[in-house]
Amino acid sequence: MADTTTQSFGHLPSGPPRAPFFTRARIRSLAVQLLFLTALVWIVYFLFSNTMANLSRQGIASGFGFLGNRAGFDVSLSYIPFSSNSTYLQGFWVAVINTLVLSALGIVLATFLGFGLGLARVSRNWLVARLATVYIEIFRNIPLLLQLFFWYFAILRPLPGPRDSVEFGGIAFLNNRGLIMPEPVFGTSGSAILAALGIGLILGIVQTRRMRKLRDATGDAGPVWPWWLGGLIGLPLLAWAVSGAQFELIIPELRGFNFQGGMVILPEMLAALLGLAFYISAAVGEIVRAGIQGVAKGQYEAAVAMGHSRWEMMRLVILPQAMRIIIPPLATQYLSLAKNTSLAAAIAFPEIISIVAGTTLTQTGQAVETILLAMGFYITVSLFIAAVMNFLNYRVLRNDR
Amino acid sequence: MTDKLLTANAAIREQTGILPPAEGRLPPKVHTGPVDWIHRNLFPDWRQGLLTIVVLYLLYLSMPGLYNWAIGNATWAGDRADCVANGGACWAFVNARWGQFMYGFYPVAERWRVDLTFVLLIASVAPLLFPATPGKRWILGFALLVYPVIAFFLLYGGILGLPVVETARWGGFMLTLVVAISGMVGSLPLGILLALGRRSKMTSIRLFCTTFIELFRAVPLITVLFMASVMLPLFMPQGFTLDKLLRALLGVALFNGALMAEVIRGGLQAIPRGQYEAATASGMGYWRMMIFVILPQALRIVIPGIVNTYVAIIKDTTLVLIIGLFDLLGIVQAGIADSNWLSASVTKTGYVFAGMGFWVLCFGLSRYSMYLERRLNTGHNT
Repeated sequence: MADTTTQSFGHLPSGPPRAPFFTRARIRSLAVQLLFLTALVWIVYFLFSNTMANLSRQGIASGFGFLGNRAGFDVSLSYIPFSSNSTYLQGFWVAVINTLVLSALGIVLATFLGFGLGLARVSRNWLVARLATVYIEIFRNIPLLLQLFFWYFAILRPLPGPRDSVEFGGIAFLNNRGLIMPEPVFGTSGSAILAALGIGLILGIVQTRRMRKLRDATGDAGPVWPWWLGGLIGLPLLAWAVSGAQFELIIPELRGFNFQGGMVILPEMLAALLGLAFYISAAVGEIVRAGIQGVAKGQYEAAVAMGHSRWEMMRLVILPQAMRIIIPPLATQYLSLAKNTSLAAAIAFPEIISIVAGTTLTQTGQAVETILLAMGFYITVSLFIAAVMNFLNYRVLRNDR
Repeated sequence: MTDKLLTANAAIREQTGILPPAEGRLPPKVHTGPVDWIHRNLFPDWRQGLLTIVVLYLLYLSMPGLYNWAIGNATWAGDRADCVANGGACWAFVNARWGQFMYGFYPVAERWRVDLTFVLLIASVAPLLFPATPGKRWILGFALLVYPVIAFFLLYGGILGLPVVETARWGGFMLTLVVAISGMVGSLPLGILLALGRRSKMTSIRLFCTTFIELFRAVPLITVLFMASVMLPLFMPQGFTLDKLLRALLGVALFNGALMAEVIRGGLQAIPRGQYEAATASGMGYWRMMIFVILPQALRIVIPGIVNTYVAIIKDTTLVLIIGLFDLLGIVQAGIADSNWLSASVTKTGYVFAGMGFWVLCFGLSRYSMYLERRLNTGHNT
């Protein structure tokens, strides 16, 4: 009996089996990858050679040499000097700056609106909560492009001309040329104020950090807000007073057919901003609501038990914890906003798509280069926003104790 | 005696918020009735009450105007002059253009084909929406594999004596559905392959899939559509042209395939290792394991995410108008530029109408996704 048992297992090797240098699975994996790479290289070569043949047949130049040529077009909005005599490369930079400005303003606006909406969604007030829900459901379920068209073609374009502007208290005017607002001018003290503001900002940050360290070490620390107040308001005021106290508010004035003076926000900018901010704020509102509701119930009860008011509870207990849930999806929404600025091309806002993949492409015919340029820009922006939000997320998570 | 105790208890509770443990304790306050509801939800304290009053006043200011525009002063039949005279919405414009808004430039005599395609779509998708339908697998197979072929030949024609209708004549709501549904059907298998590739052990395939996904996720859909419409023809050999609509569909499918891949990857990561190990131990190869064990579980987990991507696809279909196709928004845009109708009220009406169309689709689908989320969530990890 014992004998047969030994015999029947006798052919098994003793100890764990040694894997051969090339297992079957490994060979197969290598073969599949080799096949895949060959196919990939062949496809890329096929497409590349076709493109080259097509380009040479149509007499289109290739390479990025065209960037140095005279652009020959004008733009409606530019933060750097640009004329039709400038080069395509300068046009590209105009588009980059316009896109970044629109993205930044949109992100700020959408964040404020979105947090307001999120808080309204969890409000005790039934009416407020219900209205926030209606707003969110309307704005997030209608395509952004349609909303942009609505603001631009249905609301802002049909506005009356400068002579029949919609007035806001006699100082701001809305007409088919855009929103014209009074412009504060500080004359020579402008740079002094900016410098003071910078110093104030640094002071505030440094003091906040010091106090946080002190609090972590001793459990007790002084307030920070006087530093922020002094840094952001007191110092600039002081700088303004010392540097000559120049200040003038230029109120736009109707002269002939148009307004003189003041700051102008173009209808394209206004429509793009409204569309993007309303659309993204609906999504942000839902994220904030989910974040607030995601905080454990015990935290609410503990905050109430400690005698905090509702506002204190939100600010000190709930929101800091909700931020951990909020930040990752919020990053996705910021990314989405930055990418969605591309839709503003459809309402003639001079951003990357309309200048690079639009005008430059049609004028030079260099489709491959211009579209790669546009894509490269968006990839860079996406990576940048992702990096910033990862850093923020890290900061928020690190505060966990 | 009892009365006295009750008043004393009430006083204590009023001052301290603590109920004295006496036998004559009052029953808890019952929150019922409309008056109490209003008190709790609209006027719990003076600040909320003030807010309620301000909001009500704002509603009082805005709602009549909205009603008058949409219904009160609206024009239901007539022409531009009537609309301008009445000042409200110009529903007469929508009425006059209804056929074009729905079918684009599809020949009137052939429009029954579009209707039939739509009816077939409803018939094959509707049973899938309900949990209790028997034989779902077969219906799903029909909807994903057979239906697109039938739909293409019905819409395009060229067989069984159906006259050919060029894709350039497709438009309106019908084109919106064509783009949206092709995007949905195309992005799912592509997304599955990319997600599997990104988790593959083969380095070259993983690298390729990761790069593909991240590149497409980093750029806006417009650039992909531009690429499909301007760059793709350059890629093709001489004399070979791809239909403009087909190129747009390709762009939409590739872009959303990359988005879908990330959704599905989430599902794949949620499957416990034991499932992979058990499948391997049962002697299954890679594809068998994926098709019969992993994907059925992973896809079920991410159904809400898939439906949310579908909502995004519907909203994104509007972008095809930028490369010159006439989807619902594109045809409305073209309609309001018509000199016979051109006016501020027609412009507003056109966009509101298109907006309502998209809203119904997207809102319906997102509600359905919420319903699924609730239903799939019961009894599991909560």
